[in-house]
Amino acid sequence: MEATVSNTGTEGKVWGGGNKPLKASYGKMMMWFFILSDALTFSGFLAAYGFSRFKFIDSWPIADEVYNHFPGSHGDNPMYFVALMTFILIASSVTMVLAVDAGHHNNKKKTTFYMFLTIIGGAIFLGSQAWEWTNFIKGTHGAVETKGGQILQFVDGHKKDSHGKLLRVSVEDFAKVSHKERVQHKSKNGLWFVSEPALPKYSVQDIVTGFNSHSNLAVRTQEIIPNIERLKASENPADVTKAERFERMYVNADKTGQKGVLTRAESEKALKDAVVYVKGANLVHNEYGNRLFGDFFFFITGFHGFHVFSGVVINVIIFFNIILGTYERRKNNYEMVEKVGLYWHFVDLVWVFVFTFFYLV
Amino acid sequence: MAHDHGHTEHKLAIFRGRLKFKSNVQKIWGVLIFLSLVTIVEVGLGIYKPSFLVDNYFVGMKYLNWVFIILTIVKAYYIAWDFMHLRDEKSSLRRAVVWTAVFLICYLIFILLQEGTYIEDVKTNGYVKWNF
Repeated sequence: MEATVSNTGTEGKVWGGGNKPLKASYGKMMMWFFILSDALTFSGFLAAYGFSRFKFIDSWPIADEVYNHFPGSHGDNPMYFVALMTFILIASSVTMVLAVDAGHHNNKKKTTFYMFLTIIGGAIFLGSQAWEWTNFIKGTHGAVETKGGQILQFVDGHKKDSHGKLLRVSVEDFAKVSHKERVQHKSKNGLWFVSEPALPKYSVQDIVTGFNSHSNLAVRTQEIIPNIERLKASENPADVTKAERFERMYVNADKTGQKGVLTRAESEKALKDAVVYVKGANLVHNEYGNRLFGDFFFFITGFHGFHVFSGVVINVIIFFNIILGTYERRKNNYEMVEKVGLYWHFVDLVWVFVFTFFYLV
Repeated sequence: MAHDHGHTEHKLAIFRGRLKFKSNVQKIWGVLIFLSLVTIVEVGLGIYKPSFLVDNYFVGMKYLNWVFIILTIVKAYYIAWDFMHLRDEKSSLRRAVVWTAVFLICYLIFILLQEGTYIEDVKTNGYVKWNF
């Protein structure tokens, strides 16, 4: 299988060519090249995420409040589902190493079996990600967006969880739906070359009316409560002013690290700037907070999910090739399994970082 | 080129030789258990958020976030070294892959986070209005 190389008299010398100083075949080297460049692509994305996050450090959404779903259970379950996804991916990585190992021992049966398990693991992971996306897109409570792109969420001023955090209220629970003249413009019953996206379920007026008739409600802003005591003790007069502003505006100014809940009067004032009702997320609006948050979520987890998907497709191809005996005939200890294995582990490696930066940090 | 690769001999010790395995398959399961333990610790810390780790900062970041990032790098190390068997490769290949990534990524992170912090500073203490 070796290409014919004319003798140059330098065989065996490191810089002479015709030898393999890194003791890796061409295919494996190329896979490492690809993985390295892809790793840099992903670091670019994650570093950009970090950039936006540091830019909006005092108003970024809190991950635990966004990803808190678990199949078959209602209420607040942060972390468990992504932790499960991480285990699934690591487990499928393990079956992949076992397949590579079985391949090195030229054990066709075992290689086939472990490749099969790896494919199943990948498929379960993709399904979990689809479920995660569905929850993210559908949203839970709904919110309003202001002229300046700020998200205002609603809480019940009387209901607290065990950490003293005011519980969120769905817009659907209090908004008063009014009769509307305006209907969605569809190309079939209007100008055929013009169409518009679905109208929001509630107008801002519906929400404000509902809000005014429920005196227990309050608005929660994107701002995260800083350590007020530390600000007050600061030498800088700007910090003291900031602390005073927080104590004046927010009812939970003592709860460092929580999202600020406005007083009733401030809430009514804030709602005057509201322009649109937002439920769930798309690439323009999301009910969780900063607009960029949704974009980064879709882009980075989507790009990773696309990698997992291509990994599964490649694994399926390799799986059938193993069954057909292609690699047995090549007599190179199933090196193709090893190469696709490198890619599969890389996808796992990226997920470890996505997990940290989206869900933990 | 039929038999000059395949790494039939594996380096079977992890934790700098403190933990030795009898076979490659055993090492794989050992690494899985270790990675799972690290993930459980991460999830546990993420749920309970000990106040000591949340309230104290080091270089502008909470202790807790430092713990998460360090544990992530630990996990990445074992995935690359044992699952991607960099441990069994020649050190020149290993270094070519790892140091290239480490240098470029450190540079990227420094530039972007530095700039993000600066913009945040202008936004909060400068002339850009926050609530409009």
